[in-house]
Amino acid sequence: MSSVLYDVPGPKARRISLIGSVVGSLLILGLLAWIIMTLAQQGIFEGRRWQIFTRGDVWTLLANGLGATLSAAALAAVIAFPLGLALCLLRISDAAFIRVPTRVVLEFLRGMPVVLMMLFVLLGFGTSSFVAVVTGLVLYNSAVFAEIIRAGIQSLPKGQREAGMAIGLTSFKSRMLIELPQAIRRMMPSLVAQMVVLLKDTSLGYIVAYGELLRAVQVMADFLGTQFLFPIFFVAAAIYIAINILVSRIAVWIERRGSRKAAGGVAKAEPEAAEAAVP
Amino acid sequence: MDVILENLPLYWNGFLRTLFLSAVSGVIALVLGTLLAAARVSPVAALRGFSTVYVEVLRNTPLTIAFFFAAIVLPRLGVKFEQFEVAAIIALSTYTAAFIAEAVRSGVNSVPVGQAEAARSIGMNFGQVLNLIILPQALRTVIPPLINILIALVKNSSVAGAFFVLELFGYGRQLANANGDAVIPVLLGVAFFYLLLTVPLGILASTVERKVAIAR
Repeated sequence: MSSVLYDVPGPKARRISLIGSVVGSLLILGLLAWIIMTLAQQGIFEGRRWQIFTRGDVWTLLANGLGATLSAAALAAVIAFPLGLALCLLRISDAAFIRVPTRVVLEFLRGMPVVLMMLFVLLGFGTSSFVAVVTGLVLYNSAVFAEIIRAGIQSLPKGQREAGMAIGLTSFKSRMLIELPQAIRRMMPSLVAQMVVLLKDTSLGYIVAYGELLRAVQVMADFLGTQFLFPIFFVAAAIYIAINILVSRIAVWIERRGSRKAAGGVAKAEPEAAEAAVP
Repeated sequence: MDVILENLPLYWNGFLRTLFLSAVSGVIALVLGTLLAAARVSPVAALRGFSTVYVEVLRNTPLTIAFFFAAIVLPRLGVKFEQFEVAAIIALSTYTAAFIAEAVRSGVNSVPVGQAEAARSIGMNFGQVLNLIILPQALRTVIPPLINILIALVKNSSVAGAFFVLELFGYGRQLANANGDAVIPVLLGVAFFYLLLTVPLGILASTVERKVAIAR
């Protein structure tokens, strides 16, 4: 790999870099070894702790937790996207009496912690925890989707809308037929990245006692004994991270496929998907 | 409404605690994230690899899992802390650092190649190019996204409330449980204090975006 930031390394620099890499890797490996040793001393790696994974019911419970996570995320995404679209149209409306209140609502929704909204729905309206989780996710993410789509529309050349108006489309038709399809396509990587955030945020359901993956871990640890907390937690965390990385990769893939941007930038390591997404 | 006024000291306490958690984690995350971004573009392969793996894993970890790890797994590793605040700060700052690293890196990407080429051609080395030419410009373009990440950090600190730390959300939950008949006003009070932090930050972000935007 060459970069404009530094010369192609010569033999000496390569040697230093190699030594640095080896020392650094050794340090990290040492740290990992220390962690593993400490865990091993506490008997984390004893066979009997991991034997629970030979039991079918453990997997069933994990699968149920995963199912609960995925179904909440899927339902929330399906509702939040059209809602975000509608909010976006209201937000960019020509009429100030629609635009301004929508803006206030969006600012409010984006400025609130998701978990607080979940708790609010759960306690304030006495719903089930599933409804609370989905509602919290929908409220927050539809506001974010609206902002992403709005950014997409604003990034379009002005002529697009002008052309739409010139051939006699109404303002609404121009938005729907000309601007939105382009904007959504343009913002696809950000939208998918936001889906990852949504999926990650289902884990907040743990706090409002929704039986998602992490809650399943807790329940099993309470039921089987805390010595099994570690194995189950690590497996569940691995499942979560693997799924999220998979969806993130899809976002990167869409970005690579969609926009072959002109080469630019100092450190062109990877296209930056997800940079618009906020934790 | 009376519930809020009666418990105003509690709210204020929680607000200050949230502010404290966010400020400390924010500073640590900014430093750590910038270092990670620098490592990501550095000539040393091991640094690049480490930074890439760190960012990729942390960005895809749900925050709740990070908290679970910091509050429950770390103590077992011999990392003992007196208060759960420390665990919360560890979880929040390591998690947020990954996002900051990504934002700074995309800022580095947004600096035109000519800048780096010019710096290189007058004989600067890697450290000089990065510190004197690239980062000052990159940081400027990433201030709005960074503020957005800090807003998210303030909101994310609410998760700490579920892990034994009494901050705004933690107190809110307590109050909501204690005043079953006035849950909605209690939680709206909590929301108000969060908005007190996030809305000004949001306005700041959009002002800065308009003011310091470099026309290219």
